[in-house]
Amino acid sequence: MTDMNPWLTFALIGLGTFAIRLSFIEFYGALRIPPMLRRALVYVPASVLAALVLPAVVFKAGQPGIDWGNPQIPAAIVAGLVAWRTRSTLLTLAVGMGVLWALQHWGL
Amino acid sequence: MHSKSAMHAFTEGVRAVLPLMTGMLPFGLITGVTAIGMGMSPLDAMGMTLLFYSGSAQMVVLQLMQSGALPLTMVVTALVINLRFLMYSAALAPHLSDLPRRKTWPLSYLLSDQSFALCSLKFGAGSLGRSAFPYYLGTALPMWLGWNLAVLAGVYLGTGIPESWSLGFAIPLSFLALLVPGIRNPAMLGAAVTGGALAVLAHDLPYNLGLLVASLGGVISGLTFEQLRKGAPVAAEAP
Repeated sequence: MTDMNPWLTFALIGLGTFAIRLSFIEFYGALRIPPMLRRALVYVPASVLAALVLPAVVFKAGQPGIDWGNPQIPAAIVAGLVAWRTRSTLLTLAVGMGVLWALQHWGL
Repeated sequence: MHSKSAMHAFTEGVRAVLPLMTGMLPFGLITGVTAIGMGMSPLDAMGMTLLFYSGSAQMVVLQLMQSGALPLTMVVTALVINLRFLMYSAALAPHLSDLPRRKTWPLSYLLSDQSFALCSLKFGAGSLGRSAFPYYLGTALPMWLGWNLAVLAGVYLGTGIPESWSLGFAIPLSFLALLVPGIRNPAMLGAAVTGGALAVLAHDLPYNLGLLVASLGGVISGLTFEQLRKGAPVAAEAP
């Protein structure tokens, strides 16, 4: 599967996503979410998103180990605070990028 | 008479969704810019956008492409990210499943976090009856149109942006903007902290398996926290 055409990958994700969205609407009455899975699903977004964010922030591409001087770390901390206080996607992106650019520019 | 009330429900849906679109548009713009920044062609970027209609899945795939992950990892991770639609589908099914397939299939494709949030509130509050479908469409169509136009705008802006702008950092930032407001109780915080920490520790596992290990660990830790705090009410996923 290493040489798979990217469009095949995209089509599989698109079809799979559609199937997930359609699932209960198509099979209403016949399909039931097991209670345990329903409880587990609540925690999927938080754990997956955190698992995506943290490595992307602390590691630099092609470099082993955590570089604590990486300007992405303070930028992400500030952006996280902004997201928490404002719940605004736009402000989170703007402040996060702004802090990163400022740190890169002044070489802090 | 019926078409008039349908039109009314549709307009009501549109009016409800418009304020929510302000959060989606910059995300779409960044998605388009990022896709181009990763070296995708405008055609690939828009094809992906239309096929997925899911910004978080798209950002995940872009990030995984950047780190050279296997296609299988991309498919599994994107679908795990989209598992939340299972809950949305289950919640809306009692109100929409009576419709013919020519309506249920398109409406399923159009299902988004925002439409779900608005419709689950509206459907739960009182019976819209046959107006449920037009109301749903009113929330879903502007979202779909806005999302695709925002990504398209990003695709065209993206071609002119130099690499020194570090726009790749917009991906984790956009996940952060989704993650933080979604944490509504200590169990969810536990899931996020565990998921994030495990992902850093398991970073060197091959094929981006660390992501799956961490996600699973996060979910288990969320359930464990929930169990420990038993008795305290657990907030629903819906915003």
